[in-house]
Amino acid sequence: MADMALRNQTLPVGSFGRRASGWFGVWCVVATEGSIFVYLLFTYFYLASQAVGNWPPGGAPSLQLAGPNTVILLLSSAALVWAERSGARRASLGRLLGGLAAAFVLGCIFVGIQLAEWSSRPFSLSSGTYGAIYFTMTGFHLAHVVVGLLMLALLFVWAALGYFSRERHAPLTIGAIYWHFVDAIWLVVFATLYLAPYFG
Amino acid sequence: MTSLEFDSADLVDETRSSDRGLRATWETRPGLFGILSSVDHKEIGLRYIVTAFIFLALGGVEALVMRVQLAHSNLKVLSPQAYDQLFTLHGFTMIFLYAGPILSGFSNYLWPLLLGSRDMAFPRLNALSYWIFLVSGVFLYTSFPLGVAPNAGWFNYVPYASKDFNPGPNIDFYLLGLILLGISTTVGAINFVVTLMRTRAPGMSINRLPILVWGTLTASVANLIAVPSVSLACFLLWMDRHFGTHFFAVGEGGQPMLWQHLFWMFGHPWVYAVVLPALGIVSDGLPTFCRRPLVGYTAVALATVTTMIFGFGVWLHHMFATGLPSLSLAFFSAASMIIAIPSAVSVFAWIATIWTGRPVLTTAFLFFASFIFLFTIGGVSGVMTAAVPFDWQLTDTYFIVAHLHYVLIGINVFAVVGGMYYWFPKMTGRLMDEGLGRWNFWTMFVGFNLGFFPMHISGLMGMPRRVYTYPAGLGWDTLNLITTVGAFLFAVGIGIFLVNVLISRHRGKPAGANPWDAPTLEWSVPSPPPPYNFAVIPIVASRHPLWEERLDETSNRSSLHHGYLLDRGRETLATTVLDAEPDLILKMPGDSCSPFLVALALGVTFAGLLGRWWWLVGLGCATAALAMIIWSWPERVLAQTARASDG
Repeated sequence: MADMALRNQTLPVGSFGRRASGWFGVWCVVATEGSIFVYLLFTYFYLASQAVGNWPPGGAPSLQLAGPNTVILLLSSAALVWAERSGARRASLGRLLGGLAAAFVLGCIFVGIQLAEWSSRPFSLSSGTYGAIYFTMTGFHLAHVVVGLLMLALLFVWAALGYFSRERHAPLTIGAIYWHFVDAIWLVVFATLYLAPYFG
Repeated sequence: MTSLEFDSADLVDETRSSDRGLRATWETRPGLFGILSSVDHKEIGLRYIVTAFIFLALGGVEALVMRVQLAHSNLKVLSPQAYDQLFTLHGFTMIFLYAGPILSGFSNYLWPLLLGSRDMAFPRLNALSYWIFLVSGVFLYTSFPLGVAPNAGWFNYVPYASKDFNPGPNIDFYLLGLILLGISTTVGAINFVVTLMRTRAPGMSINRLPILVWGTLTASVANLIAVPSVSLACFLLWMDRHFGTHFFAVGEGGQPMLWQHLFWMFGHPWVYAVVLPALGIVSDGLPTFCRRPLVGYTAVALATVTTMIFGFGVWLHHMFATGLPSLSLAFFSAASMIIAIPSAVSVFAWIATIWTGRPVLTTAFLFFASFIFLFTIGGVSGVMTAAVPFDWQLTDTYFIVAHLHYVLIGINVFAVVGGMYYWFPKMTGRLMDEGLGRWNFWTMFVGFNLGFFPMHISGLMGMPRRVYTYPAGLGWDTLNLITTVGAFLFAVGIGIFLVNVLISRHRGKPAGANPWDAPTLEWSVPSPPPPYNFAVIPIVASRHPLWEERLDETSNRSSLHHGYLLDRGRETLATTVLDAEPDLILKMPGDSCSPFLVALALGVTFAGLLGRWWWLVGLGCATAALAMIIWSWPERVLAQTARASDG
């Protein structure tokens, strides 16, 4: 272990890119929120393994809405990447705001389609273990999306107020990690609830 | 240089740092606003410790009432219903509201002092963690005067806890209270993890961390991963009870065993989370009184982490008697026995430290040394019950009650009381009374063993746990009477401790900065430490910055009185994760009421969920969201916004 040289140093001050404390913090949030979904998956597979009769009871669910919806959510992540890379890092407020707005709108469309999907289900929260875990797992995800949307809206306001610059936009970086996490988790939920039954 | 702001971190002599200037920047204002808004980690740590001790006292009184009921066969002091509520509340209080939070208290108080920093990484999150803990404790205890305290045991098995068999609000208090507490634990854990990665003094590399830091870090990482399991379980059961889902309910495909899995996947790591930091207290405190460094530092640090990793793979040993396949029982039995190895590594390291040291028999030393003895007894009975056939014989008997109390009191309470004797002078500037300390120690030690050792025997004789009374003629009367006498003696010991704290706080001998001639950073600052902790951020060159001259391990010397000044506002140094090289000047947030408001709003939300008053839930959520937006609004003074250099 090299020992510290005793010297005066010039160091960056405050929230600074990936060296902001919040950047470390959001990865902890990802770890703990990700764990919730791990336990939800455990619950799903546990109930599936103990179920009597077909699982899912009505056969594999249709991909008609969920498939395109997955693409929409991924596009929303892409918009946010664009907002950060070609907006914030190149000091273009227009592209930053445009990217954030696109991510937000795509996220809202996802919520709308997801609610439509919910209302078209032939089962309910209380109609059996499958219905219970289906609505709980997608509900947990939807709640995370809604929180993410509020966060995107807040980031939009802060960006419009000129809080972010080329080097100093830690809240954007931090918020983006959370939003990408929410999208990545959807892929896991989607693969479990929608794709896995086709291979069962 | 565009909008980036750089600043110089100047090395200066301590004498050039102005106490008045730093105090003006860091000190919490007096009065109610100061109380509600303080983010000083020392203030928060002390609040944690005091609150946790209040819960220890409440849980202790509950235990004593139960011991009166069990002192003799066929007593009718308590009704079966009242007994159910008492043992559930006792377990919940001790495990969740005392054992975890007391260690959070120590770590909150000590971490920045041990690490050479001016605060934790997220001071406001620190305040939030405490306030939610307090709100969840008050939330749970509201059930008691209403006569509807949780009554299905601290692990709340279904179907006892199902709506069909337990229709009152008792279980809802448990479920919602535990979710609320889980939020507190999680934000606290995030704070510890990020603090470790960011706010250490230069040179405080990971191979120089005090073992307490290793313990709390390990526990915090585990909490991040484990707490969601029980929070989810509680949420699902709450849905079962109020929204007609069938996760756990018998019939309609519900799986009562699922609760046990989710609970213990959390529960076992939690058991280690409430002992590993206590092991750290002993690993750091004991060497001071042995006048030598801890034997096997690296082995003990690795044992701490290893214990937790294994701790995630043993949850099934709480479920040996539930009819699981024997292959999985064999696996989990083996894993449970393997945990004995890292535990034994630590035990031998402590024994070797005493053996090769020159022990100074202070009260703190007596507590730490007896801790090793009690840990060994609790560990051996743990290995015994890890054997499946033995467990089948003894599960749900008083043998298990004896085991878990040897572990939780032996490893947690004895370490904590010893730790109080050790760090009380740092916290208050005054030493605790040693004469009273001897009475304190021997009463607790004799009372504890008198009370809990006979439980092993009553368990072997077949006495089941959680029975409110028992018939005469089974040969259990004498043992139970001894246990009751021991429990009261133990309580007297705790009472002497509290008296000693109250007396010594004002009348104890003045301690000075380093009354024990201890080796670590917290002893390099005055007692009690100033609000800003360190006048200059020290530079660390070894594991024992204050013992370098006499140990003379290398020619490197820590620089304790000549370091980074950082006095342009609330500043501390961020360093790199492994080597702790200077990386960034952190602007620390000042006192704020937002954490208190968020905690209060969450309390309102959960009260709404309890009564299913949805307007109240909406009000609580909206208030919490608003407070969090205000909280997270980028501030120029914290250099969170662009153009800081223009401002």
